[in-house]
Amino acid sequence: MLRTMGRSMRMLNGLASSKLVERLGMTETLERVLYHGSRRGAATALEAARRARPMLELLSPARMQSSEASAGAELFDLTLSDSQQLVRDSMQRFAKERLRPSAIEADERGEPPPGLLAEAHALGLSQLAVPEALGGAGEQRSPITNVLVAEELARGDMGLALAALAPLGVVHALVDYGTAEQQGAYLPSFAGDDPYPAALALLEARPLFDPHRLATRATLRDGEYQISGEKSLVPLAQDAELFLVFADLLGKAQAFIVERGTPGLHIEPEPAMGMRAAKLGRIRLQQVRVPLRARLGGEQGCDAERVVDLARIAWGAMAVGTCDALLEYVKGYCAERIAFGEPIVYRQSVAFAIANIAIELDALRLMVYRAASRAERGQPFRREAGLLRVQCADKAMQIGTDGVQLLGGHGFIKEHPVELWYRQLRAVAIFEGALLV
Amino acid sequence: MINLDIPKKLRFVAQQAHQVGANIFRPISRKYDRLEHEEPKELRMFGAVLRGLSEGGGGAGIGKGADKARVEQTPSGVRNGANMSTVVGMMELCWGDVGLALSIPGQGLGNAAINAVATPEQKSSFGGKWASMAITEANAGSDSAAIRTTARLDGDHYVLNGEKIFVTAGDRCELVVVWATVDPALGRAAIKSFVVEKGTPGMRVARLEKKMGIRASDTATIVFEECRIHRGNILGNAEIDVKKSFAGVMQTFDNTRPLVAAMSLGCARAALELTTELLAKEGVRVNYGGSLYTKSAVEAELLRLEAELEAATLLTLRAAFMADNKRPNSVEASMAKAKAGRVGNAITLRCVELCGAVGYSERELLEKWARDSKILDIFEGTQQIQLLIIARRLLNLTSAQLR
Repeated sequence: MLRTMGRSMRMLNGLASSKLVERLGMTETLERVLYHGSRRGAATALEAARRARPMLELLSPARMQSSEASAGAELFDLTLSDSQQLVRDSMQRFAKERLRPSAIEADERGEPPPGLLAEAHALGLSQLAVPEALGGAGEQRSPITNVLVAEELARGDMGLALAALAPLGVVHALVDYGTAEQQGAYLPSFAGDDPYPAALALLEARPLFDPHRLATRATLRDGEYQISGEKSLVPLAQDAELFLVFADLLGKAQAFIVERGTPGLHIEPEPAMGMRAAKLGRIRLQQVRVPLRARLGGEQGCDAERVVDLARIAWGAMAVGTCDALLEYVKGYCAERIAFGEPIVYRQSVAFAIANIAIELDALRLMVYRAASRAERGQPFRREAGLLRVQCADKAMQIGTDGVQLLGGHGFIKEHPVELWYRQLRAVAIFEGALLV
Repeated sequence: MINLDIPKKLRFVAQQAHQVGANIFRPISRKYDRLEHEEPKELRMFGAVLRGLSEGGGGAGIGKGADKARVEQTPSGVRNGANMSTVVGMMELCWGDVGLALSIPGQGLGNAAINAVATPEQKSSFGGKWASMAITEANAGSDSAAIRTTARLDGDHYVLNGEKIFVTAGDRCELVVVWATVDPALGRAAIKSFVVEKGTPGMRVARLEKKMGIRASDTATIVFEECRIHRGNILGNAEIDVKKSFAGVMQTFDNTRPLVAAMSLGCARAALELTTELLAKEGVRVNYGGSLYTKSAVEAELLRLEAELEAATLLTLRAAFMADNKRPNSVEASMAKAKAGRVGNAITLRCVELCGAVGYSERELLEKWARDSKILDIFEGTQQIQLLIIARRLLNLTSAQLR
């Protein structure tokens, strides 16, 4: 209880220093998060889940509405709302003060520093994502806000951002598609005091992987689903209490809730080129049997293509955050680095490379915002998410490699974070799923 | 609230402009590509109609689709106004034909300059007349500060001497906005712009260029020999302010660069749409989902081109949005111009390549668009000049430091 209050107070402290809060007073939702954060006592996440059992009686699932475009608000507009600005400011501070300083060590150790995910959890993101009826403080499903969060956290460190946001991917999927029973069973755990590790497992380890043609298969057998296959680069794999495993069911991708410890589920570490702080793992499913009710959305299932698209927006936001960090760093370095008697930014070959980073980065960000804002307003966004994915795969990596190039040999050594960003930006074209907005 | 879709009212502007592009420009597109230097008479009446529509609007020149009634505002004060409307309209006109869009009577780049900095008196005497823009000289292209055309004050008149090249619509226009120096010793601060009416003694069109593309639009060389204009024809401040003046003439570009970006986007979209159509007949379908790497090479290429087009489009809309909301947008305007210019050129060229002989032959317009698009990465500031502007601002460098 004391620990929780401490966390809430730290958060309150952080918020109180925001100029916006001063001007506005605190927003209602944030007030609620703080209230919930301090009210919910010592209970572990599992206890919280048990306490929430009566919620199984919910007759219909609690879907959170996305924000309705209010009349006259359909103009082209790049202005954040006050509460979005507030969320962005507090994420920015957390990323700068907590994520960036831990990034290199976390990458080396292959896991987040002790306590860091709990700190991230105390920011209240999970509470905001879980609907009120299920013990959270969520009022709205807001892909735009989620984009801002991913962008800002990735500005601190993309690997740690993945670790912090992976459970939210499961939450968003449950909110969008879970049955009342699934929501009641799992969502309250995410809104508890402690982080509840969970991950969305979609990616498979083979060249030409296509998120809509999965090799992992689910078959209906004796009144239950039997799932076999392998999922690759799953964040928090070894700690996760549950996985949302995507598998092919009669030619269509569907998601299945697989709890930790289910027989046939094997988990191994799978360190990779980057994103190491997210404790990536390979999960093998050998004839894993789950009940019918474990299929996300029950009989109706889920719209796996939409889930993939939401993830593509999230990865776009991550790329934008990291590229932005890189741009700032490279600007500073090249302004100070002297060669031939003057700062190297006086040379067009250097200055133009930096200008091009800025151009492509701004365009990427606008593509992310466009896709997210269409998702937020309930409009189709397949095209926007698809184009974003394509653009991101090329441009984010180009920015990563140019960043190292601009630092020369210094970009290649671990004294500077640019090589880390290079390795992490390679992930953007590879990962599918794992994160949602 | 974040929204990057074009609002409904402006979609209406776009539809109108699209109709012009489809029904007025496209049918005569090839004709005037072949008949270089011949005035497209079909546009005369259209220009008059446009002029009527825009009267009282006071917007930004070419392809202007918005009058005051169409400017929209959210309760929080966010506006989608003349800049965005013009950009959206221009994309569609240039989807029809870039050269013809540049030849609409009364909608020249000089009009944008006049609208940006003219006094009310100047607006009333010059408004409604077709104005071209004369900046470039044989030895001063991107380096506008090096121009040698002089304006000497003589009593109530300025006397202009010099030669301007590459003046778009220089032959057909009614007014020429000329950049000249009032004191060659003072460098860029002494560069001012002046309005010269056609028929003023001492100004003559010396010749018309033969060009690779935008052949429907005339590109003139204009010579000034002791050309006397009233001193009231100077645009902006007549004083030489070493700190501000050049910035004053340059600020026109903040409005015109997103427009040229929009031209590039329109042309590129025309090429991409036709290519997609032609390829669909060969069984190529574009699917936005799935993995890029399991698609056919041509489908992946179409997706890449469309993604680049989308990226450039959003940068351009952003620059216009900022201008509409009175936020400084020099860097954003240059980013839009840089990205749209290079992407538009790359797309039109790739479309010719993807369509093979069909793309290269004059039977389709693809080869024409690939010729037209090149100038859009050059005029109103080349790709390299845009990068220079962006880099200087981003890195906080002077023009002496980053040359």
